[in-house]
Amino acid sequence: MAETFDRPEIRTPENLVYSKTNVLTDNIMHYCPGCGHGTTHRLLAEVIEEMGIQSETIGIAPVGCSVLAYNYFDVDMQEAAHGRAPAVATAVKRLFPNKFVFTYQGDGDLAAIGTAETIHACNRGENMTIIFVNNGIYGMTGGQMAPTTLPGMPTSTSPYGREVATMGNPLKITELIAQLPGTYYVTRQSVHTPANVRKAKKAIRQAMENQKLNRGLSFVEVVSNCNSGWKLSPVKANKWMEDNMFPFYPLGDIKVNGELVK
Amino acid sequence: MKELKLMKGNEAVAEAAIRAGADAYFGYPITPQSEVLEYLMAERPYERTGMVVLQAESEVAAINMVYGGAACGKKVITSSSSPGISLKMEGISYIAGAELPCVILNVVRGGPGLGTIQPSQSDYFQATKGGGHGDYRLIVLAPASVQEMADHVKLGFDLAFKYRNPVMILSDGVIGQMMEKVELFEQMPRLSDEEVAANYPWATTGKPAGVPHRIITSLELDSSKQEKHNHHLQEKYRKIQENETMYEAIQTEDAEYLIVAFGSSARISQKAIDMARAKGIKVGMIRPITLFPYPSEIINKLADQVKGILTVEMNAGQMIEDVKLAVNGKVKVEHFGRFGGMIPNPEEVVKALEQKIIGG
Repeated sequence: MAETFDRPEIRTPENLVYSKTNVLTDNIMHYCPGCGHGTTHRLLAEVIEEMGIQSETIGIAPVGCSVLAYNYFDVDMQEAAHGRAPAVATAVKRLFPNKFVFTYQGDGDLAAIGTAETIHACNRGENMTIIFVNNGIYGMTGGQMAPTTLPGMPTSTSPYGREVATMGNPLKITELIAQLPGTYYVTRQSVHTPANVRKAKKAIRQAMENQKLNRGLSFVEVVSNCNSGWKLSPVKANKWMEDNMFPFYPLGDIKVNGELVK
Repeated sequence: MKELKLMKGNEAVAEAAIRAGADAYFGYPITPQSEVLEYLMAERPYERTGMVVLQAESEVAAINMVYGGAACGKKVITSSSSPGISLKMEGISYIAGAELPCVILNVVRGGPGLGTIQPSQSDYFQATKGGGHGDYRLIVLAPASVQEMADHVKLGFDLAFKYRNPVMILSDGVIGQMMEKVELFEQMPRLSDEEVAANYPWATTGKPAGVPHRIITSLELDSSKQEKHNHHLQEKYRKIQENETMYEAIQTEDAEYLIVAFGSSARISQKAIDMARAKGIKVGMIRPITLFPYPSEIINKLADQVKGILTVEMNAGQMIEDVKLAVNGKVKVEHFGRFGGMIPNPEEVVKALEQKIIGG
């Protein structure tokens, strides 16, 4: 069990302006300051609380920065092998069709080693939610090149920048899976400003609500930063993300109610 | 009432899975075991018992579906053949680490690599010594008939849930493909979601209010805790060794020579024993039914009685290592094998016994 907050002296009524959802545990998150994972976790946890489905939700954590997500979400959780979360979640949903099932995956997990599992779960139209955090880098292992690393972007395994001719193009997996008839809702969001946080929460809510419809898979990409991996301060990382990631990975809905957004 | 059917070994596994009250099968086609998935798809078990059958995109996906289902406390089974089992090995290691119950059928074909689609027993090491990464053990059952193919599914689920450990049924292309009569056990009910939640409080069935959430994982970043977990696993494996070893002793009472063989090789060796005995050679056999835990004790005991031991295996000599460990140098142990998809005949076994053990 990770360390927990223990500062009762600051928890006075006049100090309370906000309360944490009880779908997050009190464990201190290991995420770097400024990272989008913490906010994305919170949004998903709030949605689960607001929908009143804490006891009906089963989550699948990936391998990557969010490998320890099971320490933070206070719902039943499984930790999957690298890239395999959509296969693991498929079985959970097939065996518990009335429960709410989500995977929470990073770009290396979902779009490199787990490409086959991602595409086939989407193509089968598994009635579950995938939260895909795309920061263009392998954070947990120390900043290596990811399938979503931008052209020219330096990482520890592309130290002179991603050279497309030898290292390939970044993979727009979200656009790719949106083409599959099995996906019902596909959207790309961010959590770097309060306005974007509100939009992202709405998208996550929609993606979880969709499971009641049994019409296919809902997929929410969150373009996020990795200030440690990008070697930038949190503020500069967010600026870099706006200037470089968003032009390549534009925010907004890609597929709504099973129809591609024109 | 007895229900006798003429079935292929692979079909018997599929029917037994439905009757054992399995909740799901996840698999991917590969020769010589595709009949398992074909039978299940044709049988529509969803209508019979509510059992889920899904053809996955790969063996890797299939074994991870098994992980997800087993983590929910559900009875889940998969099947494959050697190259496919190699692909499943990552998932099997995770399943062993997370202590999840499931049944995995390997209808072994000759290797290495893509090898051949013909029968073999060359995955003995992979099944009994690890296969995937890390210190773990599978409970390994070795059916020698279509009847045992069916029975081992039920036994496999019982052992898997008793110990929260993956069970492998190590079959081969002969047993999988051949047809024999099989007496099927009666349909067992599938557990309801409520029963699963009540029986398996460790399972991720959806966290009840006021109860700590359940986490299924094989990860532990604190190495002292990981060592503790490994000690716990080893203790479990010791208990399995103490309690679950199974073998069949055939004409060992007066035996001067001993054959040790499992699965198809045991069937062939049984005929060889009849032929040798007709010649006046007093030979008996130990047929391990569990390959882990291994019946070392009885083999060690018989080593005091016999003049030599021959292992008959459809591989280049794998189980012989466990026989030698059991015998601990007391008598000569030799191996006779055909491999790469070739099946020994009883005459060859008698000849090997005469040349390597009696004459040697």
